[in-house]
Amino acid sequence: MSHSLDAYLVLSGLLFAIGTFGFLARRNAIAMLMSIELMLNAVNLSAIAFGAFTPQLQAHASLIALFVMAVAAAEATVGLAIVIAIYRNRRTPLVDEYSSMRE
Amino acid sequence: METNQLLVTLLLVLPMTGFLLTALVGRRLFSRAWIIAVPIIVLTWLIGMYIVYQTLFAGSFGEEGLHFTLYEWVPAGDFTVAFNLGVDALTAVVLIVVTTVGMLVHIYSIGYMAHDAGRWRFFAYLNLFMFSMLLLVLADNFLLLFAAWELVGLSSYLLIGFWYNRRSAALAAKKAFIVNRVGDFGFALGIAAIWTTVGTLNFTEVFELLPEALHMGHMEAWHMNGIALLLFMGAMGKSAQFPLHVWLPDAMEGPTPVSALIHAATMVNAGVYFVARANPIFSEAPQAMVFVAAIGIFTAILAASIAFTQRDIKRVLAYSTLSQLGYMFAALGVGAFTAAIFHLVTHGFFKGLLFLGSGSVIHAVHEEQDMNKMGALWRRIPITHWTMLIGSIAIAGIPPLAGFFSKDEILGQSFKNGFVWVWAIGVVVAVMTGFYMFRLMGKTFYGKSNVDPHVEPNIHESPRSMTVPLILLAIPSALLGLAIGFPLEAGLIHGWLEPVFVHATETLGIHHEAFNIAGIDGALLIIGAAAGALGTFAGLWAFGIFGRDERRPLVERVTARFRPLYTASYNKWWFDDLNDLIFVRIGGAVARALWWFDVRVIDGTVNGVAALTQSTGRGIRQIQTGRVQNYALGIAAGLLVVAATYMFVISR
Repeated sequence: MSHSLDAYLVLSGLLFAIGTFGFLARRNAIAMLMSIELMLNAVNLSAIAFGAFTPQLQAHASLIALFVMAVAAAEATVGLAIVIAIYRNRRTPLVDEYSSMRE
Repeated sequence: METNQLLVTLLLVLPMTGFLLTALVGRRLFSRAWIIAVPIIVLTWLIGMYIVYQTLFAGSFGEEGLHFTLYEWVPAGDFTVAFNLGVDALTAVVLIVVTTVGMLVHIYSIGYMAHDAGRWRFFAYLNLFMFSMLLLVLADNFLLLFAAWELVGLSSYLLIGFWYNRRSAALAAKKAFIVNRVGDFGFALGIAAIWTTVGTLNFTEVFELLPEALHMGHMEAWHMNGIALLLFMGAMGKSAQFPLHVWLPDAMEGPTPVSALIHAATMVNAGVYFVARANPIFSEAPQAMVFVAAIGIFTAILAASIAFTQRDIKRVLAYSTLSQLGYMFAALGVGAFTAAIFHLVTHGFFKGLLFLGSGSVIHAVHEEQDMNKMGALWRRIPITHWTMLIGSIAIAGIPPLAGFFSKDEILGQSFKNGFVWVWAIGVVVAVMTGFYMFRLMGKTFYGKSNVDPHVEPNIHESPRSMTVPLILLAIPSALLGLAIGFPLEAGLIHGWLEPVFVHATETLGIHHEAFNIAGIDGALLIIGAAAGALGTFAGLWAFGIFGRDERRPLVERVTARFRPLYTASYNKWWFDDLNDLIFVRIGGAVARALWWFDVRVIDGTVNGVAALTQSTGRGIRQIQTGRVQNYALGIAAGLLVVAATYMFVISR
């Protein structure tokens, strides 16, 4: 079972589920960003796993993983910058408190 | 501008100036509030008399009269109306009444209003009234006349409601204004109809083009009748003809000089003057003419019957005005235009006299208007008594006083023009006129004194500023008929006015035979005079000097015998109650129902749509929480659904 694709995919699915849960359940903006990273990495893992077990996809899978990492880095930068900007204004990282745009 | 045009313009400028000056500085003049208003009207009168002389005696303006334009008033594309004035014989004759009675009322008011704090306002309004009426008479096109017509309505409103603290006065003013609006509505429509038919509003042009359009077949007969009836509606309002008569008796709430001014000199004459002025239209509308005659004579008998039982001295006179105006409209309706204007002139003088006299009586018995609290005043206020007696004989139509000539001419012409029914009712009204006038005289001046004992020792004759106008009015009331109406149907006034109306009478197909005392004219004359004398005698016998107080039981017996009639007359045939029922109760109920419909159904629909949109929006808005995580949950759920669909439905 150590060298089967299923194990990687199950791990990837678990990571994605944890990430989704974290994003939905946590109220702290930074924790939410971290959950997003988790989901992205779950996707990366499944992409790499597919690449490793399917010879025709090898080069493509690595390329996709690199892209995802670059996008994830950019997303984390922008997301953190926004969170810090809001934090300076509102003195809280909790997204529930960001309600001034509601009626 | 030549001199005469300047003078005619001054006739308008002077009272307007008087009004403005008195309104601006009058308050500072205190008891001398009249110092601007009265001299300015005297000056107006002088100019008016000069114009009358120029028109009627010197004949400087010819038969056409003097017409001139001051400026373009309404230049609006096709629709142009000039501010143009005209003076012809008809204008001049009415000018005599307006300026003379108006001036005497002004002089009388100096004494009558001496103790009223609002006298400056009063004199300002009087001047405005004179201005309005003079503009009405001088206007040479329909729109200008309409403007003056409304100005007269405004000034009457201001004057009737002069004592605005009194609720009844304020209500009477509103009533006069609103009832007049009803008539004016028809009047305005009539003017609009004239404009759409001939495209001009100038009197001279309209009176030429309108009959021409009828003869050329450009308009139907009913169209002409319609225009005439609409115009007559305006006249009915201003001259208080049935069923728009209800405002006039209530107008007695104003100060007495105002009553005199409205009833004798200005406002109510406007309708008669206007119908006479529009004679080329009316003479082409025979059906409308019959309507005018019917309304006139019906108002005459209706008002006379109400005058029988009223207790307020001014109200008796008010109903007598209605009745006499009815005569004038009857005369207009039968085509006796000259007779109508003749009666307007004589009536202007004797009714002005009677009103000012009644003011003097009311003044003498300390503002008491109920005739049951008067009596035996003739020795105490002799000048008032003798002048009023002249006025009463004049209105009763006893020769040779003024009223006899004009009234007899109306009756005679009705008969000769084929309106025997108008003549018959008119004779009855003549009897009634004599009766109610001498009931008034008897109750006020003769018999036993019923004056309040506290007031009794203080009865005094009015100041000279009040008695002099009375005497000055008594002279024409007595002699004017002889002066301008004799020889019968060929007097001065006929010479002046018949050229104005000659075309109309020809159109109506009335051929005039010379007055012949030995023929039918003599018989009619005797019947007319006898009718007046009979009424007078009956009135005097029942209420006056013949019977004194022994007659009182008789009067009461007659009253008891005809109780329903008495009640009907005393309650003015319930016209006020009828109006109250129709317009206030039923009209009010309909209005309330419509109001309910408007609020519930129409507004309800509109508001309902709005509320529905709003509540839908509010419901849907709940989805938009603004929380990122809720949206993310939605996305995740959607993803699951897509994945599940793929796995269990599509890939199978």
